[in-house]
Amino acid sequence: MSGAVHDVATTTGGTLAVPSAAPRETRGERLRNFWSDYRQSPVAVVSLIVIVVLLFISFGAALVTPQDPYDLASLDWLDAFLRPGTEGSGGYVHWLGTDNAGRDMVSAIFYGLRTSFVIGLSAGALALTIGVSIGLTAAYFRGPLEAVLMRIVDLQLSMPAILLALVVVAVLGQGVGQIVAALVIAQYAYFARTTHGAATVERGKDYIEAARSTPLPTWRVLFRHLLPNVMTPLIVVATVQVASAIALEATLSFLGVGLPLTEPSLGTLISNGFKYIHTDRYWLSIYPGLFLMATVVAINLVGDQVRTVLDPRQSR
Amino acid sequence: MSGFLLQRLVQAAIVVFAMSVIVFVGVYAIGNPIDVMIDPGASAEIREGLIRRYGFDQPLWRQYLMFVSNVFRGDLGTSMIYNIPVTSLVFSRLPATIDLVLVSVFIATVIGIPAGLYAGYRPDSLGARAIMALSVLGFSVPTFWIGMLLIMGFAVQLGWLPSGGRGDVGTLFGIRTSLATADGWSHVIMPALNLSLFKMGLMIRLTRAGMVEAMSTDYVRFARAQGLPDRQIVFGHVLRNISIPIVTVFGLELGSTLAFAVVTESVFNWPGVGKLIIDSIQQLDRPVMVSYLVLVVFLFVLINLVVDLVYARLDPRVRLRSGRA
Repeated sequence: MSGAVHDVATTTGGTLAVPSAAPRETRGERLRNFWSDYRQSPVAVVSLIVIVVLLFISFGAALVTPQDPYDLASLDWLDAFLRPGTEGSGGYVHWLGTDNAGRDMVSAIFYGLRTSFVIGLSAGALALTIGVSIGLTAAYFRGPLEAVLMRIVDLQLSMPAILLALVVVAVLGQGVGQIVAALVIAQYAYFARTTHGAATVERGKDYIEAARSTPLPTWRVLFRHLLPNVMTPLIVVATVQVASAIALEATLSFLGVGLPLTEPSLGTLISNGFKYIHTDRYWLSIYPGLFLMATVVAINLVGDQVRTVLDPRQSR
Repeated sequence: MSGFLLQRLVQAAIVVFAMSVIVFVGVYAIGNPIDVMIDPGASAEIREGLIRRYGFDQPLWRQYLMFVSNVFRGDLGTSMIYNIPVTSLVFSRLPATIDLVLVSVFIATVIGIPAGLYAGYRPDSLGARAIMALSVLGFSVPTFWIGMLLIMGFAVQLGWLPSGGRGDVGTLFGIRTSLATADGWSHVIMPALNLSLFKMGLMIRLTRAGMVEAMSTDYVRFARAQGLPDRQIVFGHVLRNISIPIVTVFGLELGSTLAFAVVTESVFNWPGVGKLIIDSIQQLDRPVMVSYLVLVVFLFVLINLVVDLVYARLDPRVRLRSGRA
C-alpha cells in the first residue's frame, strides 16, 4: 500500500514515469480526504479558524486598527494608561486600554503580532530549508559526511533551544536579523534530524536506485524524487517549530535580549507591561500575553491534528 | 569499549574547543568593550591603560590563548561591571539557582508521576483528559507568561506570596540555602513551580506512555489473573519497570533546567546564575558571558558523554553501531 503512494508522488513530482497498478488519487482528492479527516476534531477546526483570524488581523493591521503605533505623531501623552473601554483624545474607544506612551493597545497588539508572525514564519522557513538540505545530503551521500553532520545535529538537539539562542545573541548582538539567526540556529536541527530519518528509509528503495541510474543531476534526484517522499513528517515538525519560534522570540524579547523597542513584538509589549505589574494596570501585559498564548496554543493544536491525520499510528 | 571511549572523548574535546573559539571570537570581536566600560569623556591615557590592562591591544589569537591558559589555572577573568573574579561571581550566584532547581524537580516529580500514572491507568476518563490538556499547556505556553500570571495572582491580587527575590537565607547542614527558613520557602515556591511546569508535562507524558504500554503486557495480565489488587500491581510491578526510562530522561533534563532557569530567574528577580547571564548580555560584561556560556556548553557535553557511555555499557548495539559510523 505504501509503495503505491510513493509511486504516485514520484510520478507527479518528477520526470520519471513509474508505472503504477494502484488507482491514483488526484491532488484535489487527497486534499479533500485530508480535510474530511482533519475536521473530525472540533478543537482543531476552531484552532485553525483562530490562526486564520490572527493572521488576518496582524497582516491587515493597517486596515483594522484605529492607530499606527509606530507613528509617534499620532500619540498623545494625555492618553497614557487609559483603562480598557475608555474613549481617548482620538475620538475612538480604546477597547483594551492604552500603554504608558498613550498607544492604543489593540493597535499595538495587532502590529506586534505581525512582527511575531513575520519572525516566526521566516525563521521557520529558513530553518526548514537549511535543515532539510543537511538531512537530505547526509542521508544521500552517507559516509563520513553523514557522520559529521548528524553528530553536530545530535549535539545541538541535546541542548535546549534557549541556550543556543542566548549564545547567538551574545555573539551577534541584538536586532531583527540576529534574532532570526538565533532562532534558525536553535531550530534547524529538528528539521535535519526528521529529514535524515525519513530519507534514510527512502534512500534504500528501488525508485531512488532507478533515478540514480539515469543521467539526472544529483540535486534533481534529491529535491524532486527524495524530498516529496519525506515531506509528510516535515509538515508536522514545521507547524510545531513555527509555534516554538514565536514563543522563543517572545521569551528573548521579554528578557530584554531580543527585539529593540523600535520593532515591538508581543514579547516586547509584555516586557513593557511587566514593569507595571505591581500597579493595577494589568491590561498592559495581560492582553498581549493572551494573544501570544492563543497563537502558540492554536498552532500546536493544529500541528497535533495534522500529525493524527497524516500518521494515525503515532496518535495513540 | 576503550576505542569507543576514546572516540567519544576526542569528539567531546573537539566540541568544547570549537564552542569556546566561537563564543570567544564572537563575543570579543564585535563592538569595543572599552567603550562600554568607561566614561566617554575619559582621557586617552586612561583609555590606553585599560586597554592594556585587559589585553585588548593583543591580537585575537593571543587573547584566546591567554583566556585558555587562565581557565586551566582556574581564572575565568574579571567581571567588568562588578570588578570581581568571574569564578567567585558565578559561585556566589550558584547556590540560589541550585535551590530553585532542586525544589522545581521535586515539585515536578511529586505531581508529575502520580498524575501520569492516573492518566495511563484510566486513559479515557475525564480526569486523564484534563491532565493531558494541562501537560500540553505546560509544553507550549511560554514560561515567562505563566510566571507573570503567577505573580499577578498570588503576589499582586491575593498578596499571599512575595513577587520576587530570594528572601532570608539560613544555614542547613553547613550550606547556605533558602530552604532553611520559612521566608526562603515562601520566596522559592512560586518560581520553582514556574520552572517545574515544563518538566512536569514531560514527566506526565513519559509516565502515562509507560503505564499504558505496561498495562497491556503479559506480566500485568498474569498478576491480575492471580487476583492481585490493582494498587499492588501498579506500585509494586509497573512503577518499577517504567522507572528506568523516566529517570534517564529526567537526568538529561537536569541540564536544561539550568538553561530554563534563565527565564524564571529573570521573571522572579531571583539572584541566580541565569539572571547573571542575562544581565551580563545586556551590560556587555564579556568575561562573564564567555565564561558562563563555555561552562554551560561544557556541562552539556559532559552530560552527553556520560549518557553515551552508560548506554554503550548497557546496550552493546549502541557501541557497535557508533564504532562503524
